[in-house]
Amino acid sequence: MFDLRSLYQEVIVDHSKSPRHFGKLDPCTHQADGHNPLCGDQLHVYLHIKNGCIDDLSFEGDGCAISVASASIMSETLKGKTLGEFEALFDRFQQMVTAPVDQPVADDGMGKLTVLAGVREFPSRVKCAILCWHTLKSAMHADSGVAKTE
Amino acid sequence: MNPFIDIRNDFPILKQQVYGKPLVYLDNAATTQKPTTVIDALCNYYRQDNANVHRGVHALSERATVNYERTRDDLVGLIHANNRREIVFVRGATEAINLVAQSWGNANVAAGDEIIISAMEHHSNIVPWQWLCERTGATLKIAPMNARGELLMDQFDAMLHARTRLVAVVHQSNALGTINPVAEIIQKSHAVGAKVLLDGAQALAHMAVDVQALDVDFYVTSAHKMYGPTGVGMLYAKEALLEAMPPYQGGGDMIRTVSFERSEYNDLPYKFEAGTPNIAGVIGFGAALRYLQSLGMDAIAKHEQSLLAYATDKAESTGYIRLIGTAKNKASVLSFAVNGVHPHDLGTILDRDGVAIRAGHHCAMPVMKFFGVPATARASFAVYNTKDDVDTLFVAIEQAYAMFS
Ligand SMILES: Cc1ncc(COP(=O)(O)O)c(C=O)c1O
Repeated sequence: MFDLRSLYQEVIVDHSKSPRHFGKLDPCTHQADGHNPLCGDQLHVYLHIKNGCIDDLSFEGDGCAISVASASIMSETLKGKTLGEFEALFDRFQQMVTAPVDQPVADDGMGKLTVLAGVREFPSRVKCAILCWHTLKSAMHADSGVAKTE
Repeated sequence: MNPFIDIRNDFPILKQQVYGKPLVYLDNAATTQKPTTVIDALCNYYRQDNANVHRGVHALSERATVNYERTRDDLVGLIHANNRREIVFVRGATEAINLVAQSWGNANVAAGDEIIISAMEHHSNIVPWQWLCERTGATLKIAPMNARGELLMDQFDAMLHARTRLVAVVHQSNALGTINPVAEIIQKSHAVGAKVLLDGAQALAHMAVDVQALDVDFYVTSAHKMYGPTGVGMLYAKEALLEAMPPYQGGGDMIRTVSFERSEYNDLPYKFEAGTPNIAGVIGFGAALRYLQSLGMDAIAKHEQSLLAYATDKAESTGYIRLIGTAKNKASVLSFAVNGVHPHDLGTILDRDGVAIRAGHHCAMPVMKFFGVPATARASFAVYNTKDDVDTLFVAIEQAYAMFS
């Protein structure tokens, strides 16, 4: 069960059961839908951007523990960050969850996001962890479409 | 004696460990594992007989042709078709349905006509009919089901009328396990002049089917869900229907003579088998059919029913599992939700215990919507599963449940 615990750490179970920043954000400047057809995850993210900063953000939806926990932890981490910081964190998050299993996790500046590093060992679940980031990005770029993981 | 006691030895893949745990394979509705006889049939074809069929004068081609055509006779026997001209080899259930929708559909369905499907169809028995309706101006009607996942027959009756051209329903649902009352559906549909297509992708590996007794017009299946290889399947259709239907694809093997002015079509069933077919696949399919016959369809059904009953009792006694699909008449499929555990997480957790189940929408998104769930977990049984497999499944589910509570 050791490797399963690396995926379903207590922090992740906790965030999936009581997600932070969950619900509608009103007013908001940007929003978008994200959908992972493989497991039926549906996310909707709301963003309030002010002076190049993520003033506030939230999400709603239905998904597996990994996708909900990831969205919850992402929201906590990104509140107050600049758009540039968002881009940098997105890159590093993507690298972390797709890195080879034997590579150490570079955790400086990643904060709580590192609890999601365990998905590296579960290739079929990487999409779940990353869906919220793609959705947020498509909200920022005001793409009218739906963010997808496929 | 239990004829299934040593059966696991017939399936080499089942001997492996996954993450250090013995493999418990419960994803049989997605695809079944293959017995040695099927694997050997594929290998022997490529090792000894590899040649094109229906055209060689040499020994290899003759052997390949005999083995290929033998599968057609095996299918005639299994489903009690009237004759071998009624059996068309295709890529799978999906291609068979598309063939009927294109060939029969284009010729027989017009604006104002109606096609009825059920609320529990696999996407492959939805999309081709949606397209046919878009092409022709016909209307697609959906026969509803109740909360147990059973068709509401009185509502189905009310939908049938003189403009109903076709009723296309699943024989056994992959998402719910429901076995539909197909004899009644066929009889009532014929009474208004409609043809009936049964999607037998799930049914044929689990129960005896007699297409003549049913009087069904079209019956489709995929070999890979009945212990055979992927990429091959069957369309059964009554000879008179096939005779009248225009070809589906053009090419070699389906014509008798070709000139640049016109081509004359080959006889049935070759009119519908354009191009070099999946020869190895068809030969492997034949080995799978003989394997099924050797076990006996009634014995298979009995064995799987006892597993399903055992698993259903276990699920109900947990108090934290909601069964999705509780039809009185069902087989081999346990679709469910575990309180507090998303199916996708459940699938991952079970996998680490060596237990392979399916988590998702099972290519039946309208079914998920009906039950108000994004996805379900599904354990589906085959001849080689045992009560021990079911016990391992429920121990693993218990652990997953504990992890999230
Ligand atoms: C009920 C049903 N119909 C049709 C299909 C399609 O079969 P195939 O993908 O082999 O063509 C499936 C496969 O999942 C099925 O379960």
